[in-house]
Amino acid sequence: MAIAGAQTTEAPSASSPPMLEVTDLHKRFGDLEVLKGVSLSTANSNVISMIGASGSGKSTFLRCINLLETPNAGEVRVDGELIKMVTTRDGSLKPADISQVDRIRSRLAMVFQSFNLWTHMTVLENVIEAPVHVLGVPKREAIEKAEALLDKVGIVDKRDQYPAHLSGGQQQRCAIARALAMEPSVMLFDEPTSALDPELVGEVLRVMRRLAEEGRTMVIVTHEMRFAREVSDEVVFLHEGRIEEQGPPAQVFGNPVSDRCRQFLATTEGAAAGH
Amino acid sequence: MTTLFDHPDNTWELIANGLPWTLSLAGGSLALGFFLAIGLALVRLSPFRPLQWVAYAYVYLFRSTPLLVQIFLIYYGLGQFEAVQKSFMWPFLREAHWCAVLALTLNTTAYTSEIIRGGLLAVPWGQVEAAKACGMGMGLRFRRVVFPQAIRQALPAYGNEIVLMVKSTSLVSTITILDMTLIARKETSATFSIEPLFIAAVFYLVINFLATRAVMWLEYRMSPDLREARTGKTLPDQDVVRAH
Repeated sequence: MAIAGAQTTEAPSASSPPMLEVTDLHKRFGDLEVLKGVSLSTANSNVISMIGASGSGKSTFLRCINLLETPNAGEVRVDGELIKMVTTRDGSLKPADISQVDRIRSRLAMVFQSFNLWTHMTVLENVIEAPVHVLGVPKREAIEKAEALLDKVGIVDKRDQYPAHLSGGQQQRCAIARALAMEPSVMLFDEPTSALDPELVGEVLRVMRRLAEEGRTMVIVTHEMRFAREVSDEVVFLHEGRIEEQGPPAQVFGNPVSDRCRQFLATTEGAAAGH
Repeated sequence: MTTLFDHPDNTWELIANGLPWTLSLAGGSLALGFFLAIGLALVRLSPFRPLQWVAYAYVYLFRSTPLLVQIFLIYYGLGQFEAVQKSFMWPFLREAHWCAVLALTLNTTAYTSEIIRGGLLAVPWGQVEAAKACGMGMGLRFRRVVFPQAIRQALPAYGNEIVLMVKSTSLVSTITILDMTLIARKETSATFSIEPLFIAAVFYLVINFLATRAVMWLEYRMSPDLREARTGKTLPDQDVVRAH
């Protein structure tokens, strides 16, 4: 049958700890158990794609990593640093030290499905906001870097525009520049192209592909199967809160062990061929 | 309070002598009330039930009783308690003018906190999450992301509150404060002419005209992103939205 969830981490890499290591994550919403023990490590791979049907827990997993959702059990380590949690009286977890959470979040950049740019700030202001106010980068330095990043994602000419005046693809590229500006250890992508018109998906994927080629550590929740196949070092198929299939893309897409994964890939094939 | 005209030549100058009262009472209570209202709105949105209830009770109380009754209660009522007379507040509370400031401030705080609460709730949650995800702490998130957008959202409704407060100051004429309304009433009684009241009305009109223009200007300044990218004009369809 499938590969069980909790046995993800193989031999840890020799010297430095993995950028990101998640161990046995559980998350419940009321009676609904969304994550039933999911582990993930970037020890052996830079780009991990998470695929699976809606409701399989992919996004929830991603949001638990930076504690936008508080997991009910499990551990998250970033650069070897454990996010300290304490058990509350009702048995759930909560962050022990919110300033540690803020510090770790600043090393885990996130790109959201709906961009979530700050609408009252220009493109440039969006990008320099956190470096200046969270990391304490001098403003002039932050602006220089932001311009380079905006150039990289191809919207430097929009630097003084407000998000409302950009297309979805441009907004998402701005959001990626905002994430990059933090020089994160790990970038988390939560279905970054799902809110985009089909003709705008390509420009965002191109930017992400370039980041992957640079060797950045990325965890990508996506429905873009072709992209996941081409860009990832590792693909994780999630089903009902558990990892059903995990491995290099050639294996997961080409020769999946799990029936569920096979079925899922069959249903998405039509859609994937569209791109 | 300073007197603008020691020997007023005409009714305009006479009424204008009440203007500093109207302006300082409206301005003072609005300024104080604004900051108190931010605190109150935050308390109402805090996760602590008992605190929420206290804040709600406050809002309910001050919105549901007439301001005139509140003014009377504070001016005539507080002095009847010995504890108040003996407290350090007495030098203030025995003055009609401080009682007026207190009543107006408490009143506008209640209304303004609801306006601000609405603005805070209107800020899209995704933007707050984006701020969290960047490692921005609670204070920073509030200062840089939530509040600037909330206040912009609240501005049209707050403009209303400013106008209402300017007019509400006329109620302090009932507790011996010589504002424009009381001067006009006295002059009307003395001369049997309605001209003084009419002139006072013109003064209120002008103040509120200037106040609403100022709010419109602020609104324009604070929403560059709602204007069209290059021309600097407001988009027509957004005009409609903001008019409601």
